[in-house]
Amino acid sequence: MMDVRVAERQTDLEILRYNPEIAGEPKLERYTVPTKTEWCVLDALNYLKDNVDPTLTYRWSCHMQVCGSCGMMINGEPKLACKAMLRDYPGVIRIEPLAHFPVERDLVAVADDFLAKLKRVKPYLIPLEKRLPEDGEYRQTPAQLKRYRQFAMCINCMLCYAACPEYGLHPKFIGPAAISLAHRYNRDSRDGGRDERQEEIATAEGVWECTFVGACSEVCPKHVDPAAALQQVKVASTVDWYLEHFMSWVQK
Amino acid sequence: MSRYPYVREVSPTTWYFRAPRYMRYMTREVTSIFIGIFTVIMLVGLSRLSEGQAPYEDFLAALNNPFSVIFLFLALAFALYNSFTWFNVAPKAMPIQVGEELMPDIVVAGGHYILWAILSVVILIWAGIF
Repeated sequence: MMDVRVAERQTDLEILRYNPEIAGEPKLERYTVPTKTEWCVLDALNYLKDNVDPTLTYRWSCHMQVCGSCGMMINGEPKLACKAMLRDYPGVIRIEPLAHFPVERDLVAVADDFLAKLKRVKPYLIPLEKRLPEDGEYRQTPAQLKRYRQFAMCINCMLCYAACPEYGLHPKFIGPAAISLAHRYNRDSRDGGRDERQEEIATAEGVWECTFVGACSEVCPKHVDPAAALQQVKVASTVDWYLEHFMSWVQK
Repeated sequence: MSRYPYVREVSPTTWYFRAPRYMRYMTREVTSIFIGIFTVIMLVGLSRLSEGQAPYEDFLAALNNPFSVIFLFLALAFALYNSFTWFNVAPKAMPIQVGEELMPDIVVAGGHYILWAILSVVILIWAGIF
């Protein structure tokens, strides 16, 4: 009896190819590869690169949904190629580089803009109190951990930027992942850097560019819910404004 | 190393046809146009009311036709859709954490609905409906 888990099929892939060394626009190329039912899209790409066309260029590393490298558009949806299972795509699978980013080559998106924005929001602990190693560790209760843990799950895969129409239309927007990570540190009981981060994110290019389309949260492979983070930053920034303008005697 | 990144432009007028989720978003945005027009009609009505009984009755008479009735029903339906969808996402913007657990979404959204009902009743009492 045939084992259905290793059943083979011929899978048709349409891949957007772009070679920066040759003038011209990216073009969809069609390939047919023998695949197994339990493969993901990344397995099919690896087969293609190893056996058919070694010039095919794409990023990947872990193959287990933690490195965030293999984000691409699969049938128009931002997906991790290692999380998109072939069994969920019965027909031709169209694979393109992440939307809203320039194309470096084939399926590789230019990540420079995102990395620069990530740096701007200071996504690291800025300690509230300076401690030396001999003072011991920073203590945190499970309840304090719960306040930010969800936002700490971000793997910088940029799927949320490929889903966000605001980012597509206004590339200056700092965007879902970077603001969510700023929010993650703002909510950390050990952190004292909120004022510095607010300079970047409580601005027109920051959280106020967001119109709550919510697409970022729908595509996030790690359930970070960036849309929630951005709305929480809006609420907190609005409270700041009222405190500053109408209740300046109240300490923040 | 030289780089020649290829930029794919996003169409500012047709981007929302790309996926159903963008169409849902745009539909909700469009409902606010109807709410805006209704607000203008209401402000005109208040202005007529301040001018006395006759101008206000003229205003009411002007609204008394099938087109405005259809429009007012549409505006009401869209206002309800806009409000319900807004209240239902409130738990994202205002999560309430008690100890190690987040309050269920229904508690935060429900709070909004209850406040909405109370304010509506207060306004109706104030307006002399009850």
